[in-house]
Amino acid sequence: MALLELDSVHKRFGGLKAVNDVSFAVEEKSIKAVIGPNGAGKTTLFNLIAGSLPSTSGSIVFNGQELNRRKPYQIAGLGIARTFQNIKMFNGMTALENVMVGRHVQSRAGFISSMFRLPRTWQEEKDIYTKAMGLLDFLEIGEYANMEATSLSFGQQRAVELARALALEPTLLLLDEPAAGLNIYETAEVGRLITKIRDLGITVLLVEHDMSLVMDISDEIVVLSFGEKIAEGLPVDIQNNSEVIKVYLGE
Amino acid sequence: MKKYLAFIPFFLFVVTVHLLTSWTDTLYYLTQMTMSAYYCLLIIGLCVVMGYAGQISLGHAGFFAIGGYISAALTTSNLIEYRDLPLVRLLDSMGMLMTGQDIYGDTLIVITPWMACLAAVILAILLAYLIGIPALKLKGHYLAMATLGFGIIIYRIVLATPYFGEADGIAEVPAFVLFGDISVSGDFSSRVSNYYIAWILLTLGMVLLINLIDSRVGRALRAIHGAEDAADSMGVDTTAYKLNVFVLSAVFAALAGVFMTHYNGSIGPSEAGVMKSVRYVAIVAVGGMAHLWGALIMGITLNFLSLRGVFGTYDDAVFGVILIFIMLFAPNGLLRINFRHVATQLLFFRRAGKKEA
Repeated sequence: MALLELDSVHKRFGGLKAVNDVSFAVEEKSIKAVIGPNGAGKTTLFNLIAGSLPSTSGSIVFNGQELNRRKPYQIAGLGIARTFQNIKMFNGMTALENVMVGRHVQSRAGFISSMFRLPRTWQEEKDIYTKAMGLLDFLEIGEYANMEATSLSFGQQRAVELARALALEPTLLLLDEPAAGLNIYETAEVGRLITKIRDLGITVLLVEHDMSLVMDISDEIVVLSFGEKIAEGLPVDIQNNSEVIKVYLGE
Repeated sequence: MKKYLAFIPFFLFVVTVHLLTSWTDTLYYLTQMTMSAYYCLLIIGLCVVMGYAGQISLGHAGFFAIGGYISAALTTSNLIEYRDLPLVRLLDSMGMLMTGQDIYGDTLIVITPWMACLAAVILAILLAYLIGIPALKLKGHYLAMATLGFGIIIYRIVLATPYFGEADGIAEVPAFVLFGDISVSGDFSSRVSNYYIAWILLTLGMVLLINLIDSRVGRALRAIHGAEDAADSMGVDTTAYKLNVFVLSAVFAALAGVFMTHYNGSIGPSEAGVMKSVRYVAIVAVGGMAHLWGALIMGITLNFLSLRGVFGTYDDAVFGVILIFIMLFAPNGLLRINFRHVATQLLFFRRAGKKEA
């Protein structure tokens, strides 16, 4: 059984069908990409999976559990982490603290134990710190740990966001346009990091505009256009699919 | 350990104030310093709600009044007529009652301050949940509106209820014996010990909140303030966190009210007034919002000046002006004022004026 299964998912905003009858499955430990022209409904689809928006109908099943009607924090608790198209760093917090927030679902301390610094909280804090630091090193930005996250360059913020998502120890990682705003070298770099993440055994589902990146790293591709799925398959097949070419280049 | 370093100058300050006042024979200043410390207990709690969780409460004077009034009412209502009731007997057998004498020498049987304090805190928690649960489910400034309404209701209740002494409030509140000979009371002979009790309680509050900010919970709160949807997608139950931190600050406010009332020996309806809540918000803002030490420093300074009567009859107006000034010229607080920002703001006003002319 696939890790994530979408079955005829719909999302309507008034009369607009943003996502219309989309079904596909994401196999475990693979990289799957969702592509499509602007306004195809890619980000909406992402928000449906992550719980930021409720779907109008259809089912989204992750690891045998229905995601629809669950809140984003509950979905995060099930092991789905995400990044955002327009990077969302936590203002006023260092890069390290941003990643430490990512350890939230993997730690327990509540108000009382945090205020009184109980021994197990102390141990847990040390744990959170070590894990977060390790992730920053894994993504090769350890030296910026104590800088305010919003003061870092765009590419570095991307890496911090990636580290923050990984801190959750997710089984599924949702990446919303990880190469947006990056130059060709940085894009290649992000591509390398994503394969590095997949090699850890984490399933990746990404939305992306950058064809070079998608064709390079994806195991499978889904193509959306005006909210509908028009193709699904291996990168080679998608490259030669006449409908996809029509949607992207016109006739 | 670096985060605790600021306590060293803090202790030096507290001791210096005591020594200076005792050398110059002006110990009466300690009374206002003690009261300022109790107000600060409320203010640092509010600081966490406003600065770190990004919510505004305009009803903290209400929680302060709940603490003060519940504690005052329970420790002054004589239960001697009801001593044969099973409930009163039960309380007595559990050691929750104490006897005393009123000014005419008649015997009083009242609830102990510890029990009254517990009751006040429990009531504050219940009411905070009651307001917080519906208000914090929504995004936006609904908490400010709900707490504003709550503050007004509390004010009218204490002003109109004979049990709470109406406009006179409640007087002759007994001392709160913490342990042994140490008690919170307005007795002149224990002015110095009360000064230190207040500052130790405030220190305790500061340590707890500083720990909280630098913890899993504190990071979650700051994340909510920084980017709520991102915090949500990191597994932070944003509603629950906002609610719990609001309840925590209500507890701080209620405790401040309890101690202040036992220290003063009385409480009046002015403590519950809406302008008091506005004052607390202004002090947190002037201290720099997400800045516990800033809130503490400003809380001590402004409350002390206000209690000494420096602002005269313009007391409330001063805090209103402070709020406007801070929002316009120093949104990061007085301690982190940016003079370039002040200059541009003034310039902007001039230009706006020209356009109109």
